[in-house]
Amino acid sequence: MELLNPEKWVEKYADYLYNYTIVRVNDHIAAQDLISETFLAGLKSKKNFKGEATERTWLISILKRKIIDYYRKINSKKGKAEIHITYRDDDSEGDWLEENAVDPYDKTAEDTMVNEELGLAILECIDKLPEKQAVIFKKKTIEGFDTEAICKEYNITPSNLWVIIHRARKSMAECLEKNWFN
Amino acid sequence: MKFFLKCDEAVHVCDRSQYNEASFLEKLKLKMHILICGLCRGHAKRNTKLTETIKSANLKTLLPEEKQSLKKRLQQEINNGNES
Repeated sequence: MELLNPEKWVEKYADYLYNYTIVRVNDHIAAQDLISETFLAGLKSKKNFKGEATERTWLISILKRKIIDYYRKINSKKGKAEIHITYRDDDSEGDWLEENAVDPYDKTAEDTMVNEELGLAILECIDKLPEKQAVIFKKKTIEGFDTEAICKEYNITPSNLWVIIHRARKSMAECLEKNWFN
Repeated sequence: MKFFLKCDEAVHVCDRSQYNEASFLEKLKLKMHILICGLCRGHAKRNTKLTETIKSANLKTLLPEEKQSLKKRLQQEINNGNES
């Protein structure tokens, strides 16, 4: 019996892993590399998957180790007396800590954490939807594609789309009420 | 043109308005309907809350081409595994 389904990993888990990674490594390219490595490592150790965890938590456990390795690698390159930090966005300048004095309008770490957890909770709920609903709901709601583009891609009519969206939204509201608002 | 929506129409307008795809007139009709229909009022409140919650999470997604290249690498690896 095949417990894992690697062909669907990217569609199902790439965004989840990405949101998990980006708050931890804060580098779009590095995050993608880590996800790619995670998938490949998962493929290699497929036999070790016992089906006790869900596919997603299993992949996350691999990703966690990859992230630790990533920081080990960075740290071993350091060993200098300077402190370099990476900024959250590209338009801020300078590489020195002093230039990044505390910004009172900056989001607190706590906010970021709550946000991350909420994001992952949403993606977990999407994961529970029937496959077609999940893809279309995500395209429409999170990636912000317009109705016409989605209808074309999946060869459905706008009224089909709205029925799918309506069902997905209903399940999503229920799922989040159960897993998040409680 | 009628001014009063039925419940299923109201629900449909409510869904579309979550994506800014309802016209001003439609939204007005929805408001009227909600005034008199408690069931749809509850639904609209829940629906809007869902939209706000998702927005507040500020989720990031990979671009389609980035996903495509991830898929390609993974597929390559799967194929290699099958041959050996």
